[in-house]
Amino acid sequence: MIYYVGAFGLIIIGLYIILTKRNLIKMIIGLDLFETGIFILLICMGYIKGGTAPIFSKSGLNPALMVDPVPQALVLTAIVIGVATLALALSLAIKLYRHYGTLDMRKIRELKW
Amino acid sequence: MRKIISIILLAVLIIGIVYCVREMPFGEAQSRVRGYYVSNGVRQTGATNIVTSVVVNYRGFDTLGEVTVLFLAAIGLSAVLYREEKKQRKAGRKSSLILYTGCRFLFPLILLFGTYIFVHGHLTPGGGFQGGAIIASGFLLTMLGCWKWGGINKVAFKITESFAGLVFVVVGLLGLLYSGYFLMNYLPKGLPNELFSSGIIPVIYVAIGFKVGSELTGVLDNLIEEP
Repeated sequence: MIYYVGAFGLIIIGLYIILTKRNLIKMIIGLDLFETGIFILLICMGYIKGGTAPIFSKSGLNPALMVDPVPQALVLTAIVIGVATLALALSLAIKLYRHYGTLDMRKIRELKW
Repeated sequence: MRKIISIILLAVLIIGIVYCVREMPFGEAQSRVRGYYVSNGVRQTGATNIVTSVVVNYRGFDTLGEVTVLFLAAIGLSAVLYREEKKQRKAGRKSSLILYTGCRFLFPLILLFGTYIFVHGHLTPGGGFQGGAIIASGFLLTMLGCWKWGGINKVAFKITESFAGLVFVVVGLLGLLYSGYFLMNYLPKGLPNELFSSGIIPVIYVAIGFKVGSELTGVLDNLIEEP
């Protein structure tokens, strides 16, 4: 249960940062925290008490005690894609900085809310 | 004002989450498909690592989509950062002897470790995505540590990346040709826990390893070229 609290805590902190901070880099950090919270939530859902990794590396492992491989497979690809999208967001931040000379959202007119 | 509105919105969200998640069990098997994969995975795909058999075999088409998303993100990054006049990379301060030597010593070992991770993806924890990320971290080390090295050969990386993507698609299409399903495992499965086993899974994972490694290295190179 504490894992769910932690995962949703990360998600809420990330959303709060995205909503309130005005520096673009901080907003990107918030986006990454949000993403990490989702990864932890997915992995927790597949956990089984006293479970082993879903790998038959030696004989005598009980299949009924293996943790769910599906969320692990999803998160495995999602982490790498998260890195790539993070790099894309950072490159957009670089471009905006070059154009406006600032990372402050209040001074970038078109992005104000 | 902004903060108050955000906090009210998040409070509503938290109430909703608590209402939904209160009943969710923790530490129990929650999906029926888990049992199917765990009890039939080794027999059907030949890979002892069930996560790998899910990624490459059962959900191989999904993985092809994920690889495409990665490709799109890398292409988008180089399109956003593209500039007409290429600035020459600043020579920077030459790194000290210790850093330079340590970097040159570690770089091949990191490449070897990454290769091991993605070649053994169907036997041990690991696989193409992880191995590719490790290889990209090796290139990042050389970018940060040895300035003498002077940039990567971009064309070679682009060719590696395209070729690896092509291998994935062609292996899938051959499955369509041989047995009527895209990404069908048509090669002999061999004995479990052997390096040459489980049909097309190692082939695809090696291709993914090369693709992810070259793509992430290209992303890092694009970002590090910025003044």
